[in-house]
Amino acid sequence: MSTPSFGSDELAQFRRTFFEECTELLADLEERLGALAAFSSDVEGLNAIFRAVHSVKAGAGAFGYTVLVGFAHRFEALLDRLRDGKAELDERTLAALVAAADVFSALVDLARQGETPADDFGADVAEELCALLDGEAAPASAARSAASAPPAQPAGDRTYRIVFRPNAELFRHANEPLYLIRELKGLGTLTVDCDLSRLPPFDAFAVDDAYLGWTMTLRADCPPAAIAEVFEFVDDECELIVEEVGAVPAKPEEAVPAAVPEVTATAIAGSSSETKPAESKPSDSKGAGKSASISSIRVDLYRVDRLVNMVGELVIAQAMLAQQFTESHDQDDPGALQGFEHLAGLTRELQECVMAIRMQPVKSVFSRMPRLVRDVGHKTGKDVRLEMAGEQTEVDKTVIEELADPLTHMIRNAVDHGIEDAATRLAAGKPAEGVIRLSAQHAGSNILIHVEDDGAGLDRDRLLAKAIDKGIVPASAKLSPEEIDELIFAPGFSTAAAVTDVSGRGVGMDVVRRNVQALGGRVQVMSTPGKGTRFTLVIPLTLAVLDGMVVAVGWEKYILPLTSIVESFRPGRGQIRVIPGGGEVVSIRGEFVRLIHLARVFGVEEAVADPCQGLVVLLELANGGKLGVVVDELIGQQQVVIKSLQDNYDPVPGISGATILGNGRVALIVDIEELTRLHDRSARIADTTRQPIAANA
Amino acid sequence: MVSYTLKGAGFEVLEAEDGVKALGVLANTRVDLIITDINMPNMDGVTLVKRVRAGGNHASTPILILTTESGDERKASGKAAGATGWIVKPFAPEKLLSVVNKVCPA
Repeated sequence: MSTPSFGSDELAQFRRTFFEECTELLADLEERLGALAAFSSDVEGLNAIFRAVHSVKAGAGAFGYTVLVGFAHRFEALLDRLRDGKAELDERTLAALVAAADVFSALVDLARQGETPADDFGADVAEELCALLDGEAAPASAARSAASAPPAQPAGDRTYRIVFRPNAELFRHANEPLYLIRELKGLGTLTVDCDLSRLPPFDAFAVDDAYLGWTMTLRADCPPAAIAEVFEFVDDECELIVEEVGAVPAKPEEAVPAAVPEVTATAIAGSSSETKPAESKPSDSKGAGKSASISSIRVDLYRVDRLVNMVGELVIAQAMLAQQFTESHDQDDPGALQGFEHLAGLTRELQECVMAIRMQPVKSVFSRMPRLVRDVGHKTGKDVRLEMAGEQTEVDKTVIEELADPLTHMIRNAVDHGIEDAATRLAAGKPAEGVIRLSAQHAGSNILIHVEDDGAGLDRDRLLAKAIDKGIVPASAKLSPEEIDELIFAPGFSTAAAVTDVSGRGVGMDVVRRNVQALGGRVQVMSTPGKGTRFTLVIPLTLAVLDGMVVAVGWEKYILPLTSIVESFRPGRGQIRVIPGGGEVVSIRGEFVRLIHLARVFGVEEAVADPCQGLVVLLELANGGKLGVVVDELIGQQQVVIKSLQDNYDPVPGISGATILGNGRVALIVDIEELTRLHDRSARIADTTRQPIAANA
Repeated sequence: MVSYTLKGAGFEVLEAEDGVKALGVLANTRVDLIITDINMPNMDGVTLVKRVRAGGNHASTPILILTTESGDERKASGKAAGATGWIVKPFAPEKLLSVVNKVCPA
């Protein structure tokens, strides 16, 4: 990102801000347009599109982009008419709006690059807009007025009514309603009303029975799942009703309580309490109309990045200080020790806050995809539906920006190559309409993004033939089905029998893989012939910090990601088996887990070679598999600040980054997913040189 | 892992290698929360939960069991024995603390 350059060229600064705003407005416009296609009579959506076009027009006028202004004017006119119900939103109009949005966005891009558009640029679309304006100038009908249209569901606050009546079992398992209510309170604004009606007369009181119930109203910006999670441990030990009640009006000036049932009014005096959430997240107000522009400010990304970096340094400095303190004092000063703990807590919190600034829901990139699926579906003549899940999953802003290209490519591929044409699908006993699923979810410190189609699956015969043809693998190669699937990531691989207009224009899955690897992530593919193909992107949530376990191997220290560690143990002699070819497995609770010696993979000398003398750290991999890593000992848990090796040196296989430990030494962070591959490779080389026979095993 | 995280958050943690030793510790000390693995030598976690619930000092102390993602029936058997809740391994430190916060006075 560029630094702000005031003074010499203020206009350039304004212009940059204008285009930043344009990017956001156009993204919003695109999203609203998509929603409009799905639910036709959405006046709020039309209003939002109108506002976006209008804002761009205003700015464009100030900078003298006349062509852009002219086009915006017509676009606006049509939207205005639709908004007033003077024109019908039919197929033709919708198509014109979509086309207009494209031209509009292209005009903005041209203006950004400082180019003047050709005279006839977008002329056909402009004409279509004019035709629609002229043709339907007469008011179609006065029936549909803006006021009577259904209001759009605001994306902001939601209100839940929760009825919770524990039974005696809940108390017997030592659960405490008070703590659960406290959890609820953490989600938003909670009103609690205690129901004492089942209290028996005093002499009929049984100590171990349950008499109380609560009716609560929760206003929070959370999905129902978040409430279900609060009651996760007790849902079979109580009566529980969670229901969403009428949405709270979007505009703050409208009376709020109208939509909220008046539960408090009937409350027994003193038993109801209202609590405010500690602090609403900055993203909460997004989508709540005008208030968004008041409660957020625009900050140069460069400043945020500097802040993130400084906090990273602070974490390291604090860890160093703590270590020096514990080494130089015998810990007889509880005050100072407590102070250090407090400082550590604050530092961590500060870091989380700073990281949160950079987090955004993946929705902003997901929302471009329905349009893409529709377009590509049209071009290829396929009937395809896109299902999305987990759009609210938050991830670092940089990650989001870098996700757009790979996702676009994969989805385009899925429609073009994955989904079969309707006739083939019907013949295979599948519904004519193909389905593509796009989902995001958190998994430990990673975000998982799945792109899944229910098409034909990868054509392995053709993949292999093609790879041999292109000289990517030798003709004699014997590859497992998974290895064949992996070939699609090989550079310069294009599988479509005919290069179509849609995909197959030279950029292949190798580019996707490279993009994702640049983010510190990886792509996996899983394909079942006849059933479909699933691509999984595993990407770290943030590129800055990691909860790590510091382990010692010889004189070296390595960091293992804490969220992947299941447990650690010292195996007994009987638990270790050597398998032909030199590999080792450890038996744990009847399961065999392969062992990898970090010392061997990274060539560390003077490390413990016998697992029974050292420790085995059991790791869970992203695909659910397990792996035992042999180390000398565990040093301790630490939050580490990731420093890129790639930026400062070169990528190193098996290492995802480096960090500075409390004592000032550098420790390398192990990429556990890469570890197996690295180990396989070195094992394979060893196999072929030492025991050629084992290769067939 | 559990004890690292809890100690880091300022809890005092007592450790025991198996169910039998845990009962020994509990007989002598009053604790606010018990966290137990399921698979342990000598006495497994489910038996431990049953024994604790059967009576004595800790009959109404919250107990969390550690399970793996695939351990749905373990959750059920732990719950049936009287456990308060569960923690799925592997877990992020914040997750552990939030679960502890849900069953235990802050």
